[in-house]
Amino acid sequence: MLPWLILLAPLVSAALIALITGRARRLSASISVVAVLVSFICSCIVFAKSEIAGTEIPWIEFQGILRVPIGFVLDSLSRTMLVLVSGVGALIHIYSPGYMRDDPGKSRYFAALSLFMFSMLGIVLANNFVMMFIFWELVGLCSYLLIGHWFERDSAADAANKAFITNRIGDFGFMLGILMVWAATGSVIFDDIIPQTWRITSNPTFLTICVLLIFCGAVGKSAQFPLHVWLPDAMEGPTPISALIHAATMVAAGVYMLVRVGFLVQASPVALGVIAWIGTVTAVMAALIATQQDDIKRILAYSTLSQLGYMIMAVGLASDEAAMFHLFTHAFFKALLFLGAGSVLVALHHEQNIWKMGGQGRNLFLTFVTFGIGMLALIGCPPFAGFFSKDAILSLAYNRNPAIFGVALFTAFLTAFYMMRLFVVVFFGKPRSPAAKTSRESPTSMLVPLAVLALLSLFGGFHFFASHFLTLPHEREAAAFIPGIALVAMLLGAAGAIILYRRRIEDPLSINLLRHKFYFDELYRVLINATQGFLARVSGFIDRWIIDATIVRGSSGATWSFGALLRLMQVGNLQAYAFIFGLGIIWIIYFVLFR
Amino acid sequence: MIAWTIYITFAGAVAVLLLPRTFSRWIAFLATGAGFAISLSLLFCRDLDLAHFTTIVRAPWVPALGMNYHLAVDGISLTLVLVTSITAVSSVLFSWDVTERPNEFFFWLLLVVAGSFGVFLSADLFLLFVFYELVIVPKYFLIAIWGSTNKEYGAMKLTLYSFFGGALVFIGIIAAYVTGGSLDLNQLAQFQFNPQLQRWAFPVLFLGFAILAGIWPLHTWAPTGHVAAPTAGSMLLAGIVMKLGAYGGLRVAMNLFPQGLQMWSKWIAVLAVIGIVYAAAVALRQRDLKFVIGYSSVSHMGFVLLGLATANVLGVSGAVLQMFSHGVIGALLFAVAGRMIYRRTHTRDLDDLSLMELNRALPFAAFVFVIASAASMGIPGFSGFAAEITILIGVWKTYPLAVWITGAGMVLVAAFTLRALKKSFFGDSAANIRLQQGRVALDADWNEYGRITLAEKLGAGLLILATIAIGVYPKLLLDRIQPAVESMRFLKTGG
Repeated sequence: MLPWLILLAPLVSAALIALITGRARRLSASISVVAVLVSFICSCIVFAKSEIAGTEIPWIEFQGILRVPIGFVLDSLSRTMLVLVSGVGALIHIYSPGYMRDDPGKSRYFAALSLFMFSMLGIVLANNFVMMFIFWELVGLCSYLLIGHWFERDSAADAANKAFITNRIGDFGFMLGILMVWAATGSVIFDDIIPQTWRITSNPTFLTICVLLIFCGAVGKSAQFPLHVWLPDAMEGPTPISALIHAATMVAAGVYMLVRVGFLVQASPVALGVIAWIGTVTAVMAALIATQQDDIKRILAYSTLSQLGYMIMAVGLASDEAAMFHLFTHAFFKALLFLGAGSVLVALHHEQNIWKMGGQGRNLFLTFVTFGIGMLALIGCPPFAGFFSKDAILSLAYNRNPAIFGVALFTAFLTAFYMMRLFVVVFFGKPRSPAAKTSRESPTSMLVPLAVLALLSLFGGFHFFASHFLTLPHEREAAAFIPGIALVAMLLGAAGAIILYRRRIEDPLSINLLRHKFYFDELYRVLINATQGFLARVSGFIDRWIIDATIVRGSSGATWSFGALLRLMQVGNLQAYAFIFGLGIIWIIYFVLFR
Repeated sequence: MIAWTIYITFAGAVAVLLLPRTFSRWIAFLATGAGFAISLSLLFCRDLDLAHFTTIVRAPWVPALGMNYHLAVDGISLTLVLVTSITAVSSVLFSWDVTERPNEFFFWLLLVVAGSFGVFLSADLFLLFVFYELVIVPKYFLIAIWGSTNKEYGAMKLTLYSFFGGALVFIGIIAAYVTGGSLDLNQLAQFQFNPQLQRWAFPVLFLGFAILAGIWPLHTWAPTGHVAAPTAGSMLLAGIVMKLGAYGGLRVAMNLFPQGLQMWSKWIAVLAVIGIVYAAAVALRQRDLKFVIGYSSVSHMGFVLLGLATANVLGVSGAVLQMFSHGVIGALLFAVAGRMIYRRTHTRDLDDLSLMELNRALPFAAFVFVIASAASMGIPGFSGFAAEITILIGVWKTYPLAVWITGAGMVLVAAFTLRALKKSFFGDSAANIRLQQGRVALDADWNEYGRITLAEKLGAGLLILATIAIGVYPKLLLDRIQPAVESMRFLKTGG
């Protein structure tokens, strides 16, 4: 029963808020927090006891053809993810009421947040492809609702649409992949597919196509190149959402899914190569863009992209352990960074431009310290969590693919550069706007989650802590100099940023290509307008002018002229009628007598 | 017992005409409500054989020609009777405010409903045809008298299309009767028609029915008809009438002529796939909200036809489930567009609506429309997803390429649905000045119509409940549909 409780508690909360407590905003918040805490506690119990099993119920059942149950998988992978998702989720739920203090749509926010927890836990628990796909789509819906929370802003509504449609494209590939697996093995349940894997692997081309299609799902959800464009725009949503959905959990679902179906992914060398390079390209591209952004949340968003790139790279280099390790540590420090950014934003009345901040180290001391810890973890400074997991991926890349290693190392340098830039510009120097001068530290309910996450970012990477949760990667063959090189890259990047940005009041660099994010949005806009507009215009034209005009009007015209022809015969002249009548009789007599 | 759905609805229609007009909406509500109660109770009735088309009533009608008044039911019929009754109840609720000639209005409405019940339950070919034609006439009056935009044109187009389809159906029925020597659907389903006959009779019959299901390129009646119809009219069109076509194609054409199906199924699949993608693309460019929904109906019905074309148990069961699903979701979308929005704003133009900030003025309507859009986009948890995924899995076995193309259609569906959602309720607030004008236009009618009424809330609630119930637990219907599909002949010969 416990797994059901984990899954359903947030759903009940979402239903309660949507149907009953919509007007009572504080109550809605409390219900949502209680629900996620229930999920978290149950997850901890499930994590501690390994023998718990969930009962499954059939969802769609066609005897002998297709069986889709709602059932749970509770291996070490999903148990770890349960604790991670519900734990980070709980911290962000606790943080949220402070951030959303005066928002009139607070109930809506918490209803969607609870629905998201339900869907995300569903992905983690799913024991079959279709169930995973169901929850996969549901997190997409929640993400849409939450990005568009402030729908009065056009930018938010557009960002929500963009996120949903981009994800749809990825999901479409994912669905085809699932269908291919089902067609080959006759099942969608992971445990039933594993013994049948040979049916897929025996045909390398089939396998490669199948894995790449499934990977499409991850490309969409984990915002990899070329479907990465939605994630930076998703920052239009409230900051806790960015922390939970667009940094710590949902975007990591793609990585989790690839690890979950590792038995297929690992079997195709070609697909692995593609996956590794997609991850690498995403990592370095996002890091490059991040160096030239001015919006604090967008910088963090690009850094998320870049780190997700690392994880996908690790999957592509055939090390699920390294990917999961980085997913694990990244969840802590990236949630921390976003919540820290949220704390800054609340203090500055939602001014997101880092050049209008400055000097916040003194005003927001606790935020400053915790943000600093998060930053050090992200750039891979020992002994913080990110150091260990990033080091694992770098060693892996060094062993498997030197070219990827080179790019990954350069990305590490860039990461240190842009994060130190952000840190220096926001927290040091003089305040550069009136709001920045008078900023005040956030309430305790927001600082506690920061502190907890800071602790986790500090210890999360150590063997004694992480090994409880994960099988840690062992790249023993890797030369001992890898951490050294990584450290040098990191120091170079950080030092460069400090030298370049100390006491600046505006950005000394201006690289248009990076400021415009490699012109991806512009390119896609042109492409979409061209194809979609063309398609719609052509079909509209066909509908109106060809089908309706020629066929329908044509046939109605034909009917009409036939009628007109008949009208000619109705002359209204009695003699004429009598004549025609007579002709008819003669014809009948002829017909009867002479034929 | 299920035959009573027909009798009660007809009785209701007569009563509406005879009794004073103040009672008419209540009579209509009671009659349709009774139908709903009956079909729902039969859904949970254990001792009903839903695997076969089981006779419930049989009386001689014109013995010389072998015509019988013969009704039967199986899982497919029951599902469609259920969706008919659900749509009927909610369309009565959404017509609660009809003040112009209410007697006649509810009379025609009940006739459509009763005729549809009749089609879904007929086991006699001629009886089925009589009920089928019976539905067309009241539709014409509903649209031509109570409709809006371009109503005469829409009504006439719909009627002409229907009669054209009816003529084709009639030819097919005559052919089956003359060669098979019977009008009994169950007997004919056992008869071996020769392949030459099947080669031409199947497409004639199937196409005749499929016109009402909005098969491309004979779908153009659907958008104009939906737009012209009054709210209840479009709900019935989307919810029920389009299902009549698909049901006829399955029950008569496919079931009688399995070899014909085999010969033609890939052409049906081609037309269905074109319809799905094409209608979605057209919807992307429409300015009238009802046109958007009308084309989305065509797109969704494309899934039904695609599922039927697979001729395997997954695809066909999914198609029947999709008929249910689209009936409920389409009705809900039209209810929001026609009743909740149009009656209050007198416009359905998306650009105008986007200036009105309707999400503030009509929060309940916004909530319903968000849910309906999500359901229409195939979000899991709503019936559309369960149906479409079943169909696509079924199609994958027969026509993998069709799934690839359909996928593009699903992206387009998301695109136009989100566009309509944003423009209609969450419009562009940057245009603050124009917004003021929009407000004024809305406020003028505010006194007249006021808030969302209880009837609207109940009607929307019923439809939402239906789509969620089936979305969460599709087995409820699939368990009843699947055995009925499995007993059909084309599965054995047509594979």
